[in-house]
Amino acid sequence: MTTPAVEAVDVTRTYELDGVSVPALRGVSLRIPRGDYLAIAGPSGSGKSTLMHLLGGLDRPTAGRLVIDGQDVAGLAPAQLARLRNETIGFVFQAFHLLPRTSALDNVALPLVYRGMGALARRRTAAAMLDRVGLGHRVKHRPNQLSGGEQQRVAIARALVTEPAVLLADEPTGNLDTATGGAVLALLEELNAESGVALVLVTHDREVAARARRRIAMRDGVVVTDAPPRIPHQRERP
Amino acid sequence: MRLAEAWRVALDALRANRLRSGLTMLGVVIGVAAVVVLVAIGTGAKQTVERQVEGLGSNLLIVVPGQVNFNAAPTLSPLSLSDVDAVTRLVGDRSRVAVTVTSGERVTAGTASAFTSVLGVMETTPQVFIRSLARGAYLTRSDVDTARRVAVLGASVAKRLFGDRDPVGQQASIAGVRFRVIGVFASLGQSLGIDRDDEIHIPVTTAHRLFGTTRVDGIAIKAPDRAAIGALGDRIVAELTRRHPDTEFSAVTQEQILGVLGDILGVLTGVLAAIAGISLLVGGVGVSNIMLVSVRARTREIGLRKAVGARPRDIGVQFLLEAVLLTTIGGVTGMALGVGAGLVVSALSPVPAAITWWSLTLAFGVSAAVGIAFGVVPAQRAGRLDPVVALRSE
Repeated sequence: MTTPAVEAVDVTRTYELDGVSVPALRGVSLRIPRGDYLAIAGPSGSGKSTLMHLLGGLDRPTAGRLVIDGQDVAGLAPAQLARLRNETIGFVFQAFHLLPRTSALDNVALPLVYRGMGALARRRTAAAMLDRVGLGHRVKHRPNQLSGGEQQRVAIARALVTEPAVLLADEPTGNLDTATGGAVLALLEELNAESGVALVLVTHDREVAARARRRIAMRDGVVVTDAPPRIPHQRERP
Repeated sequence: MRLAEAWRVALDALRANRLRSGLTMLGVVIGVAAVVVLVAIGTGAKQTVERQVEGLGSNLLIVVPGQVNFNAAPTLSPLSLSDVDAVTRLVGDRSRVAVTVTSGERVTAGTASAFTSVLGVMETTPQVFIRSLARGAYLTRSDVDTARRVAVLGASVAKRLFGDRDPVGQQASIAGVRFRVIGVFASLGQSLGIDRDDEIHIPVTTAHRLFGTTRVDGIAIKAPDRAAIGALGDRIVAELTRRHPDTEFSAVTQEQILGVLGDILGVLTGVLAAIAGISLLVGGVGVSNIMLVSVRARTREIGLRKAVGARPRDIGVQFLLEAVLLTTIGGVTGMALGVGAGLVVSALSPVPAAITWWSLTLAFGVSAAVGIAFGVVPAQRAGRLDPVVALRSE
């Protein structure tokens, strides 16, 4: 058995707000094998965003053990954590978070800049990735010249250009209409199946969550369910 | 991240906000240009004065009654021609001794008239000081010994009295007494607004009759060599003090004059540079302010960069380079502007601005240092931003 992409053991995260301790996660254990496809669902305030930040190495747990790609984040300095994010995590955000006034190609190549890759190799890799998400004809375009769906595809290309172990997508369809959102989800699923990247969708949309192979439901900072999604019409047929 | 990459990113960020970058730079541009121009003016004034003092001649010793001090009142000279003879005996060579007795007088030639300085001198003046003639001849020893009414005109006096005519051989009257013009000095030009050609030389003996005095204002001695100046000065002062026990005498050398003037002009240049330095500092504060605003405005960008793997150092370096670019580009522009303004000042005003390498280097160095100093705090703040908080910001 290979090491899981991410493993959290009894992880808690408590914020200090004006001297008051606010627990966001109260002990979450979660194992994400390579190539997995799971959805983290829950109402706002359930701790799903906090969990995503932890799984992506943007934050460190207050207590508990968090291992990303075999490395325990507890012992890592901010610079080492940045390197870990660069090498093993890809992020897709609801608001795309593309750099304005920067071409699609340069946006996709951004993670490679921090990897120290030369300009030529970067452009080649980024162009291939843009091609992969179906935007080979939009490399020179800037974010404000692209539609929402295209912008999210650029963001997906940027997340995957480093060939990460985990792709964390935080409400990736939240700013898109249903048809475009569906196409973006289909692309994510396709990439998950092809490249073996573990796909983690963070969403409050039940329909989106229902597409995952595995569904984590959260409430008040704890995981309440961790199971394959129950699909209503299948339940009636034994 | 590679450093070359960081430069490119910083440059792109500045380009993306041209107006803001330009206005921020303007503060540095003005500061650096002010330093360069003001130092150039101060240095130019100093160089001019130095050239003039050196242009008087070499190994000069000037003996005057009283103290050579800027707040000392002028002392009425007790010196007379017999003291000059005593000094000449000490020096052992009449051609190395020059004297002056000066009075402001009205001079007329035909219908033209001018008010000018009339100097009673000996025929030795051109051997002691560097003065050359454009026309005619200088005074002779017999002119001095027999108190002839002959005069040598400064270039601008000659022009005012005679226009384009050759004054040599013409008559001019000084204080109502007729003189024959025997020569005209080559022009020395203006310096610091003073016309150095506005004077007339006549024999000291003639001057004594004309002014109704026997005094000599000062004695100048050209020492045979540099090493002899100090001892010669002491002996002359001792001799004059013996002859006039109630009066104090001072012997000053060109080095001492240069030293005093140099100190004054050095302080002036320093004050000018300091004032300009303040504006450079204000420019630096502007850079710091803009960088802080920039960090805040680009919080989401910082969060995103961190999410995709930028280390705190990468972000810090990027913002620091932006500040350094702002100040160095501003600094170079300011240097160019300062040099240009210096040339304009030189061309259009009597102040000869002298651009010096040290002022350029200093101004540029200070602006780059200001960029680093004022860029550090915003850069550190950007580098330390929590990526989670940064990504969430609007």
